[in-house]
Amino acid sequence: MKCQVCGEAEASIHFKDLRGEQVQEMHLCASCAVEKGFHTLVEQQKASFQQNLLWMAEGIYPEGVGKLAALQCEHCGLRYSEFTEIGRLGCARCYDAFDTQLRRLMRRIHGGTRHTGKSPGRAEAPAGRDEQLRRLQEELRRAVSSERYEEAARIRDQIRQLEAAPAEGGSG
Amino acid sequence: MISIDSMLVGQGRWFGGSGPRADEILSTRVRLARNIRDARFVARCREEELSDIFQRVGAALRGSTSLKGGMVRAVEELGVLDRQFLLERHLVSHDMAAEARHRGVAVGPDESLSVMVNEEDHLRIQSLRSGLDLEGAWRAAGRLDDELSASVAYAYHDEFGYLTACPTNVGTGMRASVLVHLPALVLTQRIKKVLAGITQVGFTVRGFHGEGSDVIGNFFQVSNQVTLGVTEASTLEKLQGIVLQVLDMEAKARESLLRDARVQIEDKICRAYATLRYARLLSTQECMGILSAIRFGVTLGMAPLPDTGTLNALLLYTQPAHLQKLAGRELSSSARNEYRAAWIQERLKVTDAPRPGNGTAAGGRDQ
Repeated sequence: MKCQVCGEAEASIHFKDLRGEQVQEMHLCASCAVEKGFHTLVEQQKASFQQNLLWMAEGIYPEGVGKLAALQCEHCGLRYSEFTEIGRLGCARCYDAFDTQLRRLMRRIHGGTRHTGKSPGRAEAPAGRDEQLRRLQEELRRAVSSERYEEAARIRDQIRQLEAAPAEGGSG
Repeated sequence: MISIDSMLVGQGRWFGGSGPRADEILSTRVRLARNIRDARFVARCREEELSDIFQRVGAALRGSTSLKGGMVRAVEELGVLDRQFLLERHLVSHDMAAEARHRGVAVGPDESLSVMVNEEDHLRIQSLRSGLDLEGAWRAAGRLDDELSASVAYAYHDEFGYLTACPTNVGTGMRASVLVHLPALVLTQRIKKVLAGITQVGFTVRGFHGEGSDVIGNFFQVSNQVTLGVTEASTLEKLQGIVLQVLDMEAKARESLLRDARVQIEDKICRAYATLRYARLLSTQECMGILSAIRFGVTLGMAPLPDTGTLNALLLYTQPAHLQKLAGRELSSSARNEYRAAWIQERLKVTDAPRPGNGTAAGGRDQ
């Protein structure tokens, strides 16, 4: 969908604007959103507020909201619908219970899903492969945000290759 | 062992104004969100589960070398004023001060390391430094984290990293933030543009007290948003780069201000200083504005003015709970305004303030 202000760039900010009694749907590209004073929404798109999660979840799944709402974590009993309301997960296993949904959400917030930082018992992340992955993921994010999709696909394949490769031992 | 009363006397080291570029950067903070494996996240816990978590984590905290000589306290055992006091010192959160049941706080001897227990996540490790010192803050937080992970099994996922109650923190669980003073960018109205630039690269800007808070005294908190798919080191490096760039823009704005309106700016600073020294009533808000102006004067090299450490102390101790702790009693808002002004003048050793007369001024009614 094209941005409804400039009509050129792809719209990446979608929200409902309440004007008096009327709800108006808005679809803007990031730069027009900033221009129009909706920069907080641009920020929110990557950010960390509860309503924002709800807003994002709705944006991602306009189709099967009912089915999704019924999804539930067996361990703690949290329903996906509750998560979208409060913006907080119930337990560590929610990450598995809502795997598909959370992956999309995390990709949207963080640009990726693979942790490359420290882990318990391993103080620093080894540079080599992880660092390479990090750079590629960064590149990928940039390519996608500037809509260079062919390049993005190429980078994605590189990442897959690297992830499939056996991890380096000890050094690096 | 420290206590809240001893904290009132000794100023937290991170507020001391000794770190790199401390006149422009109040403090650096690194926060790590951690959860216990096999326990539900805080919001989903029953009372007894929360209590059990506090017991387990509390034991680990008491045994920690990094926190040795500090204190571990149950927030619910603290009075309202003490909670507010810790809040003003950034050692507990708003939510914890309000919902204190089974919440805990651990504070290291000089307050530079602390842990909140059962906040949004089971553990929130916090490391504070004076001035711009991301590396130092991270190293200290990481050390305490390693120490605790030896006695507490963390919720960790091979792909997603450290699991947190909110997916915005998952991965490293690290939020690094720098509290920057940007008066010239505010005065020249360039600040909006600068802030918009920051939010476009995966970093964010907030007010003085973090998420959702107002900008007070021209202080802005710059922090990372992305926690997954990036290493801690690369996040810190980027944040450092952004902060230095912002300081550079602040310096340019300063230059243009001085070129166009030097006397007006100096006048503002001098007037602020005069008010600080001689006013009888000072509200929190006015005080923050004044301290910002004087801090700006220090950055400009104007002298004599109170040094950065003193300005930081005034910033901290003139907040409502601090003043009431200093006074040793509850003070109404208007009583605080009077106490605030008097306390500042004592601290600055102002001896030439006009004293009250005997009420029988010339031209009075009783002639």
